[in-house]
Amino acid sequence: MFENIRLAFQGIWSHKMRSFLTMLGIIIGIAAIIAIVATITGTNEEIKNKLVGSGNNTVNVKLSQGGYDYTIYSGDEIPWGIPAVTQETKDKILELDEVESVTTYSSRYLYDGVYYGTASVSSLMIMGVDTSYFSTCSYRMKSGRGFDQEDYDLYRKVLIIDDVAAKGLFKKENPLGKTVEISGTPFTVIGVVKKQSDFEPEISSIEDYYTYASDSNGLLFIPKASWPIVYSYDEPENVVIRARSTDDMTQAGQKTAKILNATITNSETNIKYRAEDLLGQAQQLQDLSNATNMQLVWIAGISLLVGGIGVMNIMLVSVTERISEIGLKKAIGARKGTILAQFLTEAAVLTSLGGLLGVAAGAGAAQVIHKVSGVAVGVSVPAAVIAVVFSTVIGVVFGFLPSVQAANLDPIEALRRE
Amino acid sequence: MILKLDHIYKDYIQGKMVVPVLKDVSLHVEEGEYVAIMGPSGSGKSTLMNIVGCLDRPTSGTYELAGQNVLNQDDKAMAHIRLHNLGFVFQNFQLLPRQSALENVCLPLVYAGVKKKERVARASEALTRVGLEERMYFKPTQLSGGQKQRVAIARAMVNRPKILLADEPTGALDSKSSTQLMELFEQLNREGVTIIMITHAPEIAAYAKRVVDIFDGEISERKGDSDEG
Ligand SMILES: Nc1ncnc2c1ncn2[C@@H]1O[C@H](COP(=O)(O)OP(=O)(O)O)[C@@H](O)[C@H]1O
Ligand SMILES: [Mg+2]
Repeated sequence: MFENIRLAFQGIWSHKMRSFLTMLGIIIGIAAIIAIVATITGTNEEIKNKLVGSGNNTVNVKLSQGGYDYTIYSGDEIPWGIPAVTQETKDKILELDEVESVTTYSSRYLYDGVYYGTASVSSLMIMGVDTSYFSTCSYRMKSGRGFDQEDYDLYRKVLIIDDVAAKGLFKKENPLGKTVEISGTPFTVIGVVKKQSDFEPEISSIEDYYTYASDSNGLLFIPKASWPIVYSYDEPENVVIRARSTDDMTQAGQKTAKILNATITNSETNIKYRAEDLLGQAQQLQDLSNATNMQLVWIAGISLLVGGIGVMNIMLVSVTERISEIGLKKAIGARKGTILAQFLTEAAVLTSLGGLLGVAAGAGAAQVIHKVSGVAVGVSVPAAVIAVVFSTVIGVVFGFLPSVQAANLDPIEALRRE
Repeated sequence: MILKLDHIYKDYIQGKMVVPVLKDVSLHVEEGEYVAIMGPSGSGKSTLMNIVGCLDRPTSGTYELAGQNVLNQDDKAMAHIRLHNLGFVFQNFQLLPRQSALENVCLPLVYAGVKKKERVARASEALTRVGLEERMYFKPTQLSGGQKQRVAIARAMVNRPKILLADEPTGALDSKSSTQLMELFEQLNREGVTIIMITHAPEIAAYAKRVVDIFDGEISERKGDSDEG
């Protein structure tokens, strides 16, 4: 066997140009597949990271009605039988294995807007949050401070705004210490926050993007304790949980929704808690991009087929060229199987080498794609291993016919030729 | 008796014609004999040699090699016989051009499953015996005709077969190389190797102890004059 491999390398080396041209089909095919798979892997990782929030693992469990988020608009009547989330319910959620932390908030969608001096901004979301909100949802303080325990204990009218709202309301002014009027009540801005991961929903084809679309004019946060100053007690709340791992997100969300739905006593409105399944959405998007890319893999497969036929062709030529060598080997005692193994090894070594070069070329091409178009790529080791094994198989399959022909050569005929 | 061929017929089919090439050939060879087969071109010498060499099967007849009927053996067994019991030398040497002399001689040992270290030792020994210890790593293109044929003999003898079959071994050699080769054959024969050699040159046939003539597929023993040349 080793002897065969050594001889195969010797043969390939002594016909460098021919061997390279023979391998070219395999090299191109494998390179194309490696590059495509690298792009698929990269894109999938990117989709997952972008959509799921790069390891942030938060899941929104929101009230929904008829499949859409249930939003309370300023001036709406508050539905009965959907109580605020009690500490007891929160503890129950925290007991779930998949859940790391939990936070709840009341919210209002403000059409009529908030005022700062003469400036006003409408279509904002205002939220009454508890102390764990900013840490659970991965916000970063841009300036100022967060809420502290005193803010809650003393029912302070303090306000934290996000960078979008800050820009809308204050333009270039420093928002800290300024007073903003919300539904007639003055609140003092104590901090500006920003979402930690720069989440930019590039793929807007999914209908569920309303989640992010609603952020567009900015967010206002006030301490939950101060919420009844502007609105009322015991309003329905939405929940955000942080799962222990990305893979736990779906489970964590569903279990939390179930616990919360058990607290709803109003069945007339058809309002229910629903966990958004970002992981599932990511999966959908990945499936979509996989489907398009798989077509490219088929095209690369055709290149491999052509490469394989090229190998077969050269092997047939090689057998014809070496008829007297084969005859001699048989005369001095080589069995059919020995000759068969020799030629199969030669074909397999040739295509495996092509496969290796193809993997290298494909990895290089993936890097070029990355540099030129900015698409994320990830060359996967299993794909590379499979590619090389596959090219070995191609060698064996397409080398089979020529090898059988060599093995069945009549030694007398072979020796007779000059 | 090491070789016992009786009533061998060999026909070739050419189109619709049956061409008889060997006609009732019987040849008995004792162990240690040195036989030359002489005959004009096309008389059937190579055809006979291929049958003796287990490369081909006769149309009819019987063939025993060292007491064993070889004609009812399968291809695998025939290959085994060629590997261990027979050594071949051809007119055009038939060396693998890209392999060194040593690698060429190693080849039958590879087929016999001998380990690398022992292969090299035995092949070097065989090359030393034919006087090529200094050219073991030469490629065939770097060797003269006589040297190439000696490599071929080393290869034929490396598995220590009892029988050496040579089809016109001096056909491509000058007279000096031919003489050297014949001395090597005589030495091998003295050591007990049975040699069957095809030639159409009388001065080469003269080295053999026994000469068999073949003419138009029929064989006839030449008596008593082999030593006179
Ligand atoms: N495969 C074959 N098919 C048809 N005829 C053949 C074949 N091999 C040999 N012959 C014929 O058999 C005869 C003897 O050939 P061969 O044994 O090679 O002769 P020699 O070796 O004595 O020169 C020749 O006439 C040759 O044409
Ligand atoms: Mg001949």
